[in-house]
Amino acid sequence: MKVTVLIPGVLRNATDGAAHLDVDVPDPATLGAALDVLADTYPALDRRLRDEQSTLRRYVNFYVNGEECRRLSGPATPLSAGAEIQILPSVAGG
Amino acid sequence: MTVVVAIGTRKGLWLARSEDRVTWQVDGPHHAMQEVYAVAFDSREGLRLMAGVSSPHFGPGVSISDDLGATWEESSTPPIAFPVDDAALERVWQLQPAPASQPGVVYAGTQPSALFRSSDGGRSFEFVEGLWNHPHRPEWEAGFGGQAVHTIVPDPVDPDRMLVAMSTGGVYRTADGGKSWEARNKGIKAYFFPDPWPEFGQCVHKVAQHPALASRFYAQNHHGVYRSDDGGDTWQSIAEGLPTDFGFAMVVHPHDPDTIFTFPIEADGRRFPPEGKCRVYRSRDAGSSWEALGEGLPDAFWTAVMRDAMCTDDAAVPGVYFGSRSGEVYASPDEGDTWHQVAAHLPDVMSVRATVIPT
Repeated sequence: MKVTVLIPGVLRNATDGAAHLDVDVPDPATLGAALDVLADTYPALDRRLRDEQSTLRRYVNFYVNGEECRRLSGPATPLSAGAEIQILPSVAGG
Repeated sequence: MTVVVAIGTRKGLWLARSEDRVTWQVDGPHHAMQEVYAVAFDSREGLRLMAGVSSPHFGPGVSISDDLGATWEESSTPPIAFPVDDAALERVWQLQPAPASQPGVVYAGTQPSALFRSSDGGRSFEFVEGLWNHPHRPEWEAGFGGQAVHTIVPDPVDPDRMLVAMSTGGVYRTADGGKSWEARNKGIKAYFFPDPWPEFGQCVHKVAQHPALASRFYAQNHHGVYRSDDGGDTWQSIAEGLPTDFGFAMVVHPHDPDTIFTFPIEADGRRFPPEGKCRVYRSRDAGSSWEALGEGLPDAFWTAVMRDAMCTDDAAVPGVYFGSRSGEVYASPDEGDTWHQVAAHLPDVMSVRATVIPT
């Protein structure tokens, strides 16, 4: 199924400038599966979103249809057709 | 002669250049808002600048510049990645080019405590499994800064021999290219344990060696300053003559194995220079005696110098450099006799390296 991923400006140097990416996710479609598909095409993006164990980076938020994934099922959050994943750096640092 | 100093901070990298090591031109930040705990110049083939960078949001990596910061290259895939399923790279603490006889070989020390080896000049690294599999590893603890291999000292001649140090864990040595490692902490006190003389677990802050005298090491410990004359087998205190035995940095003169520099800090519980006076201490006799160096350095300096924030350059009369937690950087053009400010008001300085630009 197709979902859309919204890329924040600070990471667009890793997506050839793209702000929106349409991703075809195999079943069972989850956030993690969508990120796996993205990683194949955009490895430089993936390393900024997840570490080498595919753990989501702590200070990057992934909103699935407006809900941060950690309040859902994290990378196992199921996706429906047409879902929108918005990636946003969290408020952190000093 | 042009000297360039790379200044890694908690919020980016700055580069300072000087013809006379008295007046400086500073540019930056490079890698803005990224921690730079490790910087290294590799002058074995051309001049490469390497930085261990870490974004609080987007994670760690290694960035390379072959034009002194005009452009940077970072691989799209992680240059350092743990191939085991119970660890992930948190930070690069040390980047250490091997001796000139091993072109392209660069070592990286990481948090969590591990060693990686590059054979392509720092673009990609392989895991040194032997250290990770050491039976002591489950008992290595994290210091306040994290559990990390922060010091790598490749043998100047034998590519199979190397010493690493970690906090905490102490000093480990290999003689078979990293396949097996032995703790080498005999004589280094770990006052924070019920048994203060354990085989391992010491909080060694920095180890330094002169390439012309491979059997000798100097160590600044978490309380304790030491020298080994037998390749790390045993360590003897050289703290007498210093105002305190606490500190982080330990630097060897590039041309004289007997001359070393350190920056004493009052104590674990009072991490300021003694009396708040900014002073580098120099020994010209391998630690038998020490002299305070302060001409041009401030009093009322209530800050500290971290383990990799002091270095020398490689000029005939070497310069000495250090940076502080308060974002000040000082340079001495005359082996520490006099000092001049390079920069001020930078973020916390974590790493400083300097080199003469080849002509």
